[in-house]
Amino acid sequence: MNAILALENGTWFQGVSAGAAGETTGEVVFNTSMTGYQEILTDPSYAGQIVTMTAPQIGNYGVAGADTESDQPQVAGFVMRDASPVSSNWRATGTLRDYLVRHHIVAISDVDTRALTRALRSSGVMRGIIATGSVDPAVLVERARRVPQMEGSDLVKDVTTKEAYDFETALADAVTDASFGLPPLRRAKRALKVAAYDFGIKTNILRRLAAHGCQVRVFPASTPASEVMAWQPDGIFLSNGPGDPAAVTYAIDNIKKLAEGTTPMFGICLGHQLMGLALGAKTYKLKFGHRGGNHPVKQLDTGAIEITSQNHGFAVAPDSLPATTRVTHLNLYDGTIEGLRHINKPIFSVQYHPEASPGPHDADYLFQEFLDEMEKN
Amino acid sequence: MPKRTDIKRVLVIGSGPIVIGQACEFDYSGTQACKALRAEGLTVILVNSNPATIMTDPELADRTYVEPLTPEVLEKIIAIEKPDAILPTVGGQTALNLAVQLDELGILKKYHVALIGASIPAIKVAEDRLLFRDAMTEIGIAVPASGVAKTLEEALVLVEQTGFPSIIRPSFTMGGVGGGIAYNLEEFKEIAGRGLHLSPVHEVLIEESVIGWKEFELEVMRDAADNFVVICSIENIDPMGVHTGDSITVAPALTLTDKEYQRMRDAGRRIIRRVGVETGGSNIQFAINPDDGRMVAIEMNPRVSRSSALASKATGFPIAKIAAKLALGYHLDEIPNDITRVTPASFEPTIDYVVVKFPRWNFEKFPQADRTLTTQMKSVGEAMAIGRTFKEAFLKGVRSLELGKEGLLFRRPQMDVNEEDAGSSEDEDTELRRQLVIPSDRRMWAVFRALDKGWDIEKLHELTNMDPWFLQQFKELVELRKTAEMIGLRDMSYDLMRTLKRAGFGDGELADILGVNEKAVREKRHELKLRTSFKRIDTCAAEFESFTPYMYSTFETECEADPTDHKKVIILGSGPNRIGQGIEFDYCCCHAVFGFKKEGFETVMVNCNPETVSTDYDTADRLYFEPLTFEDVMAVVEREREGNVDVSCVVQFGGQTPLKLALGLQEAGVTILGTSPDSIDLAEDRQRFNELLWDLGIPQPASGTATSKAEARDVAAKVRFPVVVRPSYVLGGRNMAIVYDVATLDRYMSTAVDVSHDRPILVDRFLEHAKEVDVDCVADESGAVVIGGIMEHIEEAGIHSGDSSCVVPPPGLGERHLTTIRDYTRRIAKALKVVGLMNTQYAIKDDMVYVLEVNPRASRTVPYLSKANGVPLAQVAARVMAGKSLAELGIIDDMAPVGVFVKSPVFPFVRFPGVDTILGPEMKSTGEVMGGADSFGMAFVKAMLGAGQRLPESGSVCISVNNEDKGEVLPIAKGFAELGFQIIGTRGTAAYLRANGVDCSVVFKVNEGRPSLADEIVNRKISLVVNTPHGRESFFDDKAVRRAAMMASVPCITTITGAAAALEAIRALKTEGLEVRALQDYYAAVDGS
Repeated sequence: MNAILALENGTWFQGVSAGAAGETTGEVVFNTSMTGYQEILTDPSYAGQIVTMTAPQIGNYGVAGADTESDQPQVAGFVMRDASPVSSNWRATGTLRDYLVRHHIVAISDVDTRALTRALRSSGVMRGIIATGSVDPAVLVERARRVPQMEGSDLVKDVTTKEAYDFETALADAVTDASFGLPPLRRAKRALKVAAYDFGIKTNILRRLAAHGCQVRVFPASTPASEVMAWQPDGIFLSNGPGDPAAVTYAIDNIKKLAEGTTPMFGICLGHQLMGLALGAKTYKLKFGHRGGNHPVKQLDTGAIEITSQNHGFAVAPDSLPATTRVTHLNLYDGTIEGLRHINKPIFSVQYHPEASPGPHDADYLFQEFLDEMEKN
Repeated sequence: MPKRTDIKRVLVIGSGPIVIGQACEFDYSGTQACKALRAEGLTVILVNSNPATIMTDPELADRTYVEPLTPEVLEKIIAIEKPDAILPTVGGQTALNLAVQLDELGILKKYHVALIGASIPAIKVAEDRLLFRDAMTEIGIAVPASGVAKTLEEALVLVEQTGFPSIIRPSFTMGGVGGGIAYNLEEFKEIAGRGLHLSPVHEVLIEESVIGWKEFELEVMRDAADNFVVICSIENIDPMGVHTGDSITVAPALTLTDKEYQRMRDAGRRIIRRVGVETGGSNIQFAINPDDGRMVAIEMNPRVSRSSALASKATGFPIAKIAAKLALGYHLDEIPNDITRVTPASFEPTIDYVVVKFPRWNFEKFPQADRTLTTQMKSVGEAMAIGRTFKEAFLKGVRSLELGKEGLLFRRPQMDVNEEDAGSSEDEDTELRRQLVIPSDRRMWAVFRALDKGWDIEKLHELTNMDPWFLQQFKELVELRKTAEMIGLRDMSYDLMRTLKRAGFGDGELADILGVNEKAVREKRHELKLRTSFKRIDTCAAEFESFTPYMYSTFETECEADPTDHKKVIILGSGPNRIGQGIEFDYCCCHAVFGFKKEGFETVMVNCNPETVSTDYDTADRLYFEPLTFEDVMAVVEREREGNVDVSCVVQFGGQTPLKLALGLQEAGVTILGTSPDSIDLAEDRQRFNELLWDLGIPQPASGTATSKAEARDVAAKVRFPVVVRPSYVLGGRNMAIVYDVATLDRYMSTAVDVSHDRPILVDRFLEHAKEVDVDCVADESGAVVIGGIMEHIEEAGIHSGDSSCVVPPPGLGERHLTTIRDYTRRIAKALKVVGLMNTQYAIKDDMVYVLEVNPRASRTVPYLSKANGVPLAQVAARVMAGKSLAELGIIDDMAPVGVFVKSPVFPFVRFPGVDTILGPEMKSTGEVMGGADSFGMAFVKAMLGAGQRLPESGSVCISVNNEDKGEVLPIAKGFAELGFQIIGTRGTAAYLRANGVDCSVVFKVNEGRPSLADEIVNRKISLVVNTPHGRESFFDDKAVRRAAMMASVPCITTITGAAAALEAIRALKTEGLEVRALQDYYAAVDGS
């Protein structure tokens, strides 16, 4: 079946349907990871986005239960150059196509994804639409222009958990058993309670926390600070998530309150942006974002380079940083802020994804730093 | 970190002659390293015995030594040049082994030289199989169960534990030489015995077999601050059991989940740390069990490699260049990425295309060789292809191999029936099954035949262990082929044509499938308005703008070629290396680029060989990584024309590959610079050429052409036996033979004639015992001709010029003959209106000079002569083709060498057990070395030493020659005796020598009794063998002797002239002593005089 991807700038790409039939809209972004399409599909941070994979052969190894980052695919749509009709891997439980169809994800393949990526790189991410069947591109372009802008959108409320729950450590072990789990640098010396705000949390963050010996309770994004503190956590974790951080005002307020205390706090991605906002900084939208598994990030304290897993469209503005925070990590591609730390509190965050999945494991040490802070406290 | 300030002078060790397992990739890496080091203001001293390299161009290093790569020679260089450091990681296994030897001999310590790039302990851990295994165990990385044996007995004990099939890997050998897979005890004894012998430390690893597991490689880099990046992952389509150099490989890895890939990456990081490679690149191989995901590490190379060259070309990340900078203490984040300019080298390239590498084998040159692929590499070259999808890259890869009809994966069923005699289908299935189970160079074609027959993926996976994903891709290609065939060209829709082109089908393949000619497909494609577009290789999947026009073709909506309106020239490269067309031609192509650049042209390179300097994005202004077919080249021409300028092509430098395209390109309206395609054709067309020489009054051996047995017999009767027979338009003497009788001639015509059925077989009278001479010259449009050199062959006519040692200046030619040769060369060049290079081969017999062959193009000897003269001939030729006259370039007189230089060939026989090492008119050497000195004898010593043949200064010389040669061998035997050698002869030879006053003992021939000559060679009782062929009846005997000599590294000389040269060389060795001299000193001495 034919499919078309149309963009708000009036261009459109002819392709073939590679997932569910129908129509979907969202912000069109590209991801340069060469592996990990299933992790990307299921990462809640992609809510509201149509993700283009720059790697051309997608679906080769099918899908597997352990490779999900949430219960289901979260992307608004998916764009590929060449989609595999078969799955080939000892762990595969099915093909990508079946998976997309089952979860009603509209996808398109046979698209000149490089041309699309170049368009997004030069004019910035755009709103777009994928529609399958016989459709009129001109109509689709019009519809793409009516898609709400990402700026100002609180998408967290759609992906966060409805109720608090305790993460089952057994799930972490399941992955370790498949010998894929990275052994943690060390485990917690005592049982540490981590309260994790779910702004769209990736399961691997929970697995990594658990692997380090943390007992994790996941709280809905709007949970008041007092309720979290009532659980008496050793540490507070602020998760990744979709959308514009500045629009998630309730979270910023809660983090402000929590930051007044002395409980160690660690944020990743959206969590990092929210922490920045709570501490008084501002955020801005990047032209085409950082999405991939190859960005070099420099640890300013040691000079060491990490190859990082990235997925964000917003960033903390360097000129807006309050005196109470310092930059700990920088992106060597474009100098954007990749890490922040409070100058005298055990509060720190990174823009990228130390939990990887997909991507390199270079930054796993950050979980241990979180342990250190919690144990010191 | 700033760069190290304690290093001012660096010695870079090259990899020597091209051999299987070590090819142009080390010229590419060495050249990059030299450039990078000099850019940092360091003084670079280079040593490499291979003159056909860009790295040995005198401009690339401050001091260039084209000298044998032995520890003694290196010590002499170190003593003169006093380097602060040695960079041993860009010259392959050769350089690494030399570094270890220099250390063990105490030379590094004695001269206070540091190793940079890799330390001795790191080299040892990586190379010593046992140390590596223990190191892996220590860091918790699984390896196949294994043990190390120093003797066959130890090996037999080990194999009881590890089981069969058993992998045998000798320590410290390159390209898996001497290794193999044994399925039973007998095979095990043979392979382990050979491996123990071939390992320089006489040690083999006996390893548990992981045959059939998925095989992967990571190209990784680390800097002094412990930053680590993976440049590229490579997946082998042929699973474990086939050497990676013989595997069809794909980048990036396509069947790994992120979990699996990251686990491998983590292991890679731990391995490079543990092995202790402080800075630079390494290659790490892994195997994964497809059934349960178990991963084991197989091996690690602590240096740049063939795979790293591939990875560099596949990603645009120049590993060798960066490695050289890291060795100086730079950190990855301090080095910019050339392609994006704004980002640093401390990142991991991500690619939005698929790269397929296909090995190129040359088994047709060694009919007796076993074509089974094992852990010992057998291919001589490779082609790389880039496409947006695997299918596209794969089919582009297949057509890059230039295999002709043999290369077609999709053969029409009716053709199959004709060719394969109507055996029962059951037999056919059994045979097909065998071809799928036992890997060989033809396995991929068997896969396609099986798919064509409808065999399912499951069955194919069971037989080949190839990942089902790849098999699925192949199946889709076969289905597309069937659809295309069913629809036919006339009814083909835009959509179907687009689908086929996007899947990589070439016009030529489609023509074959559809039963039409290529032109018809092309026209249809134009009618459907389906055009090739080009995408850029940018290391970052378009995340950043790229500033390097490094491109590949595909069929997509957007084209990024962005041609300029500069005056431009397209230089066609030489494609994958093969015997007869190797690095020499890439060298010439690079110089063509340099020459045209000097003349103000924008240079555009088209080539598909990932090993080469020509495919470095730094060489030409624009690089198209494309197959060298008419379709692919025309696509480039058409895009480049969009810059609104005339686009001309240069076909003279890349050997036979571009020449084959010349006429077609010209017909399509492309300007061919230099000698016209018509002149090229004239030189190849025997009849036209004969007429030309007749008109010029220049003698050549009587000859004729034949397309049938009967015609061949007629010609042979006319010109008289012996005759040389060969197809026209071939390089490297492909299918060339010397024929002494009618029966052999008939056999030749019936078996070899299909090599190029539309062109006749050439039949020439063979001049026995003639002296052979090669001449290279360059001519300009005004008709000026300058001779680059007259090279005298050391072996007599009948041995392919590429396999013959030769020397400049010619010591054995009288002035009269030299004058004749110069005169003939000039007249032929003028008559052919040569603009550029021309190579002519002459034979001198009975005081008469004959022309054997004329090739109006760059020849194999151009780089050697360029080094010997100190003038880059190919570059001069390019400038002449650009319109300059020789006079304007200041080149007026014939060139003269700056010393005495001998070129010697290097052969791959050690990899092909059972193959005779005798030389003939079909070229078999893979590479060459050069030796330079003031005397012929010493230059020959060095050339032999460079080629791995250490001439003895004492001991026994065994002489066994045929009756005809006995008279001529006598003075040689006397000469050896005078030098204090003991002379041993086989019965007939010994009797003759004794009768003529040479004190000589007798040894049995192989079939006469034992201990035979072969036994004595194995027992190291003989230090030199002179053995000329005894003819057909005693053939087996000679062959056994030659093979024994080769395996024992005893020089075995098979011609009288060669023996005379060896005698002179040994005399020089005993009287002069071996000295080294930099090319720059040779040149300065001449300039100064």
